[in-house]
Amino acid sequence: MDFMVFQYPMISVQACLDGILLGILFALIAYGMALQWGVMNIINIAQGDLVILGGYIAYFMYLYGIHPAWGVIVAPVIMYFVGIAIYKLVINKVVDRDLFISILATFGISILFMQLMNFAFGADVVLANSDYGTTMLFNNNVVLPNSKIFSAFISILFAICLVIYMKKSKLGRAIRATAQNARAAKILGVDTEKVYAATFGINAALCGVAGALISITFTIHPYMGLPYTIRSFMIVIVAGLGNLPGVAMSGMGLGVFEEFADYILGTEFRIGSVFLLLVLILIYRRFKLSRKREYLK
Amino acid sequence: MKNNLILYIGILIFGIAAPFVFPAFKVQLSILCVLIVLATTWNIQGGEMGYNSFGNILFYGLGMYLCASVQVGMFFPLAEWTESGGEKTFVHTPAQFFQGMAVGLIVAAVVPTIVAGLIGYSILGLRGHYFAICTLGLGVAAGEISGGIEIIGAGQGFTTPPFPDVGSLDSRGEFFYFLSFFVLVLTFVTVRAIYTTRFKLILNAIRDNEDKAEAMGIETMKYKIIGWMISAFFCGLAGGIMGGLVGYIDSTDVAFDGREMGVFMVLMAILGGKGTLWGPIIGATVFHIFKEGFWTFFLGWQYVALGVLIVVIVIYFPEGIMGWLREKYPERFGEVVDEKDRKAQVELK
Repeated sequence: MDFMVFQYPMISVQACLDGILLGILFALIAYGMALQWGVMNIINIAQGDLVILGGYIAYFMYLYGIHPAWGVIVAPVIMYFVGIAIYKLVINKVVDRDLFISILATFGISILFMQLMNFAFGADVVLANSDYGTTMLFNNNVVLPNSKIFSAFISILFAICLVIYMKKSKLGRAIRATAQNARAAKILGVDTEKVYAATFGINAALCGVAGALISITFTIHPYMGLPYTIRSFMIVIVAGLGNLPGVAMSGMGLGVFEEFADYILGTEFRIGSVFLLLVLILIYRRFKLSRKREYLK
Repeated sequence: MKNNLILYIGILIFGIAAPFVFPAFKVQLSILCVLIVLATTWNIQGGEMGYNSFGNILFYGLGMYLCASVQVGMFFPLAEWTESGGEKTFVHTPAQFFQGMAVGLIVAAVVPTIVAGLIGYSILGLRGHYFAICTLGLGVAAGEISGGIEIIGAGQGFTTPPFPDVGSLDSRGEFFYFLSFFVLVLTFVTVRAIYTTRFKLILNAIRDNEDKAEAMGIETMKYKIIGWMISAFFCGLAGGIMGGLVGYIDSTDVAFDGREMGVFMVLMAILGGKGTLWGPIIGATVFHIFKEGFWTFFLGWQYVALGVLIVVIVIYFPEGIMGWLREKYPERFGEVVDEKDRKAQVELK
């Protein structure tokens, strides 16, 4: 336990800013999660592993001398096709089945990806160095790497583009219609199979962007996927499906929580505190819902 | 019924004779017993109650740590033991070892049961996938947190007391085999007894439609918690034995190993057939044989194979072996089949 963070206000400011910039990235991943959850009613445990895979794409570009920031454009393109491949091979067989089946199937995919990445890229913690320098704020008391600001900016850009695409384009409208009522959409001539595939592809592409940004800003490791899944799941249940400002806000809140947990409890409890927070949020939600049920009585 | 009695006696004799017939596989057989216990108890709330938990690994790991800690802590200072990392500075005498093991196993069974009862009220109120994800988070959180606690070894692990010298060389394998076999028999007898009572029907009612069961006047929460506590009891016991068997406890790789053991228990129950008495047992046996074969031939690729296996089983074989048998030979399961109706249905397809 370390309460330094409360004695020196500048550390709190640092933690808050770090957390907000980190949280925007979480929100991008959670947006993809909300999309596929809303449309296909599937919880994808492999979400975090898709993120890490996107990170490795950017890392490899860095290794071959291309600036990793281009990964933001390359990773989603590759990940889109990876997503479609996963959909065609596995997900389309579990879409309208029991939810637990889809959880377990994606858990299998997650283990598979984790190990394949471990074989292909090794078990080292890596990062793609972007050489963006740092920004000093408040009399040099707060240090913000420019890469974090860059990644937050790109995340917001992608999220806005996607929102506009969902609103305006034909495919976007088909996706929203399928989310509302798959059967009715089918009757009215929407090819739901194609819509599902596209949704999963878009989700994977978003994960790819987020992963590329994470490899620039933080570090990646083949086994680091599950925490990202849990974070995005948590953000989605706190915000609710289809509530985009809520996703952004709760993403940032989670980021700030994590930074403070990191300072107060120590880095070794960081992931543990995320998972504990998930359990606490679910329990809180359960008691809130049960109170609502009592009103109905 | 008479058939079954012969079957049980046959299995019992086989179980007692097994370590002498296959002396090379004693450790494997003990692990098999533990796996069967885990699959069977997962089936209580996963198969019968419809609450698919990824979190039973919590009780397993808790039991493992508790049993080893008690076994050490009864005679030696625990902090120094973990710091020395299993050096031979402290040696258990045989009497101390067995006493410690006995007390440790009791603690390892009782404490997880209490924990399950305490957290049960909050967590079992969650439904469907919220429950699954919550228990998944619980298991991982336990692993991460126990990996940060100094007194039980933190990141560097915890060496359980080595088996004392009691004459013959092979007695370690036999001791752990009979211990795990005893727990297996205990589990089987308990579960079988439970499945003949009204309790099982209540669990099935909860699985089929919880709201209706509640409306019929069943206090569903009470039964859900009891079901989970029974699971936790045997999971803790299995964990305690496994800790002694492996001889080394690591927070995320051995004890709270959600990636391996936590998925195995779900997979074994599904492979054998959820919601049947024999399903998890058959599933665990098949899985263990398959896994050992795979692990030897595809060394290094085992987790890749595991991932593929999960996907394949879940997608193409969700009913499991028992479900498949039931489809094939419904008469053997006491179902009356109207041949005409069956044919008509086949034609419709």
